[in-house]
Amino acid sequence: MENKMFTISVYSENNVGLLNRISGIFLKRHINILSLNVSESEIENVSRFVIVVNTTEKWVQNIVGQIEKQIEVIKAFYHVDEETIFLESAIFKIASNLLFDERQIQNIIKDSKSEIVTVSREFFVISKSGKRSEIEELYAKLKPFGIMQFVRSGRISVSKEKMQISSLLEVL
Amino acid sequence: MKISGAEAVIRCLLAEGVDLVYGYPGGAIMPVYDEIYKFQDQLHHVLVRHEQGAAHAAQGFARATGKVGVAIATSGPGATNLVTGIADAQIDSTPLVCITGQVGKHLLGSDAFQETDIIGISTPVTKWNYQITEAHEIPEIIAKAFYIARSGRPGPVLIDITKNAQFDELDFSYEKCTGIRSYHPKPDLNLQKVQEAADLINNAKKPYIIFGQGIILSEAEEQLKRFVEKSGIPAAWTILGLSALPTDHPLNVGMVGMHGNYGPNLLTNECDVLIALGMRFDDRVTGNLATYAKQAKVIHFEIDPAEVDKNVKTDVAVLADVKEALTALIPLIDKKAHDSWHNEFKEKYKIEFDSVINEELNPTNGKGISMGETMEMINKHSKGDAIIVSDVGQHQMFACRYAKFNSTKSNVTSGGLGTMGFALPAAIGAKMGKPDREVVAIIGDGGFQMNIQELGTIFQSQVPVKIVVLNNEFLGMVRQWQELFFDNRYASTNMINPNFIAIAQGYHIKSRKVTEREDLDAAVEEMMASKDSYFLEVMVEKENNVFPMIPTGASVSDMRLS
Repeated sequence: MENKMFTISVYSENNVGLLNRISGIFLKRHINILSLNVSESEIENVSRFVIVVNTTEKWVQNIVGQIEKQIEVIKAFYHVDEETIFLESAIFKIASNLLFDERQIQNIIKDSKSEIVTVSREFFVISKSGKRSEIEELYAKLKPFGIMQFVRSGRISVSKEKMQISSLLEVL
Repeated sequence: MKISGAEAVIRCLLAEGVDLVYGYPGGAIMPVYDEIYKFQDQLHHVLVRHEQGAAHAAQGFARATGKVGVAIATSGPGATNLVTGIADAQIDSTPLVCITGQVGKHLLGSDAFQETDIIGISTPVTKWNYQITEAHEIPEIIAKAFYIARSGRPGPVLIDITKNAQFDELDFSYEKCTGIRSYHPKPDLNLQKVQEAADLINNAKKPYIIFGQGIILSEAEEQLKRFVEKSGIPAAWTILGLSALPTDHPLNVGMVGMHGNYGPNLLTNECDVLIALGMRFDDRVTGNLATYAKQAKVIHFEIDPAEVDKNVKTDVAVLADVKEALTALIPLIDKKAHDSWHNEFKEKYKIEFDSVINEELNPTNGKGISMGETMEMINKHSKGDAIIVSDVGQHQMFACRYAKFNSTKSNVTSGGLGTMGFALPAAIGAKMGKPDREVVAIIGDGGFQMNIQELGTIFQSQVPVKIVVLNNEFLGMVRQWQELFFDNRYASTNMINPNFIAIAQGYHIKSRKVTEREDLDAAVEEMMASKDSYFLEVMVEKENNVFPMIPTGASVSDMRLS
């Protein structure tokens, strides 16, 4: 079976130590987590993990089963890219003088549909949300001018299909 | 009612019906021990000699009784010493609640004296764990701990309690936990799947049952027996399923796995429907997965969804408690006999008997005492009524191959983790849990020395267990592999042993050493008749091998007879 990108979504109670328990399942199988994001979900007090890995479907099935059996996990799902709407966010910090010295930068920002978050005398900050390739493209365009700082978030995603979490919680 | 956290811990244990705990005191758990002292007429604390002994004793108790075993230790080394037992309980689905002391909340993370991150350390080997840092959390968390440990697929839970939480007061009230919203221990039985399973079974020409510990954990022994008898299907056991069906039951065909019986392994690859009951297709059972039961439709009765399709792809998965599932299945099953199919097992048994078993039980050519004949001698005097607690290695395989069992929960061994040093403390727990049963620990000379200090517990607490050390002056199983796969290079497997009899006598345990075959019968008889603990050392043939054997990575069809 060939390796593929999978997005694993985990709905869980918001408890100390659960992240360790979940990441341990990947560690046990010697799988590198490509991206991890934990946040509140649509349900109050329920957390949502979005984990991206590159592995086989058999392994991702096993892993999702082992994640789901953790006491505080409500439900876990996995999807391939086509089954989800996903994006990442990135922030670029760039020296302010470039805005005036290199007129092209303004066009790059405009074309990339990124946002200027703040401008100060020394630097300005732009943010860009979108597919990994769009962020990489913007990075490549800005790089020749000098990027003071760059950071990109983990993937966040929603599935196209329904994930029946609320009804699961109503059982008890 | 305002009480201290430490007192609350004891009251919680009592509310859960616990009257026996194993443990070892130390600084960070002293407030709890102070309450153990006050409650000693209601809660019997057994002082072990090493925390690993406490964990294994709690496991032995749990395995023999079906109840939750409890172990208590202090922070730091006390807690880390529990870890091997916890890992063993995790892989063998044994319900344990381990309570550890921890440094005060204000010291957490500061590398304080005897501080260790036992939550971090135990996470991969516990079903659940939790650190209590405030006294008021104690009742709810301990209630959850017991519920989680015993429900669904059982397992170990560790509760770490900071010292301040033991000292501080709380308003105590206790309510048993009956559910957790994110945890569904028993999947709802899908009757459609049961019908699909029944259809496959009724149409099968060569159906075959492999049952595991799930039968014992869900107390489905009666259902298993009825299912087997009505369907007439040959049934084999995994090492942890042993004793769920009496060993002399006519439909019981033996053990699967690396050192299991010949027929049960070979015929796995000839059956047309494989019915797995409460077992998890461990690699020691399946051998090479690529050639395992490929010809068969596989029906998997399993409570843990994560086990389904993990190793073997199933055609019908019945996700449920196996007792409920079998109860629903039995009425749908046609009564059959499968005589010619049974004959295939009998033929294979004949081959195994002639080439392996006969020689093992009746050694010729002036060979020393064999482990198999020692087990037969124990059978003769126990009449199959003893609880056999085995350690890990060759003697374990001989114990599991040759011991006779009339009743369930009688085979206690470290299956999944293969923990040497398990048997001596586990036998203590089994005996204290089942004081009316005879408990015989079967241990090698290597494993005996891994938790030999628990002889002190046997002496102090007067636990009348029978200890049999099968001494071949080798780490026998590793030596066997060195002989077979490493050209006889016996790297660090020869043992120069102490005088075990003198050691046993040092603990005032009655003891006897047997070196000659003609003394074995009388010695085992004397041991079994003893009211007190008894230590029997049997000097066995040094370089005997356990056969048959499926070498690592080989197919179940390629089991070797020699």
